[in-house]
Amino acid sequence: MASEIVTNLSPDQKVAIDRYLDERLEQRVRALVKEEMEQDPAAQNCRIIASKGTLDWAYPPLILASTAAALGMNTAVFCTFYGLELLRKDLNLKMDPIGNPAMPMPMPNLLAAMPGMRMAATAMMNSMFRKSGVASIPELREVCLASGVRFIACQMTVDVMGYKAEQFIDGVEFGGAATFMAEAARAHTTLFV
Amino acid sequence: MKPDKVFQTLDARGLLCPMPIVRSTKAMTEVPEGEVLEILATDKGACVDVPAWCNARKFTLLFQDQQEGVYRFYVKKGR
Repeated sequence: MASEIVTNLSPDQKVAIDRYLDERLEQRVRALVKEEMEQDPAAQNCRIIASKGTLDWAYPPLILASTAAALGMNTAVFCTFYGLELLRKDLNLKMDPIGNPAMPMPMPNLLAAMPGMRMAATAMMNSMFRKSGVASIPELREVCLASGVRFIACQMTVDVMGYKAEQFIDGVEFGGAATFMAEAARAHTTLFV
Repeated sequence: MKPDKVFQTLDARGLLCPMPIVRSTKAMTEVPEGEVLEILATDKGACVDVPAWCNARKFTLLFQDQQEGVYRFYVKKGR
């Protein structure tokens, strides 16, 4: 036993061992912590909340989710409030020019509220993105599904806002805040969009 | 160091974030361990995203360069 060996040591040997341990321990602990952290399953988990339902705000959660999956992370998107629009079979997201001074062509709210402006802004955004080669929202969602990203619909907002389960794409899970929090507690990467 | 041979080439030119990384991930599933995937991209973000992807996936970025707006990456599967 190690402890018996230690009791049989001379004082000089003990001092030598202490000196050796002082040198080595820090290195060993560092290496072990690094190894453990690399194996930490939470480092490979990503949970995203999607709460917005406009065309522009649909991009960030889907881009991040597809990328997280590409980086090998176990990924889920919790869709709540207007984020539920991302789950519809008949995706029809619009761009709203009102209250958005960062639009490529900023316009006063009074003008942005005129009939047809939302359609115009949506068409402009779609064409700008298509021309630059950015993937479309349906394409990004398809990529997410194909790479194993889970989509969780917030049951409370589904009920309150009058959605029907059959309006959503296949494979959508349903859950509440506790479902999200329980999963988020085991994920180093949690994002709210 | 630029490898002598590549297992396959992914043409991600014209694609923007996150598609070069998404397509690279898909292409890499067909690449055997130790073999090399060549990636061509025009998305400027790929310069930093491809190395980050390699780091997260335990791939090795052997070589990268840029010619006339086209970024080339040689990525080995494995470390």
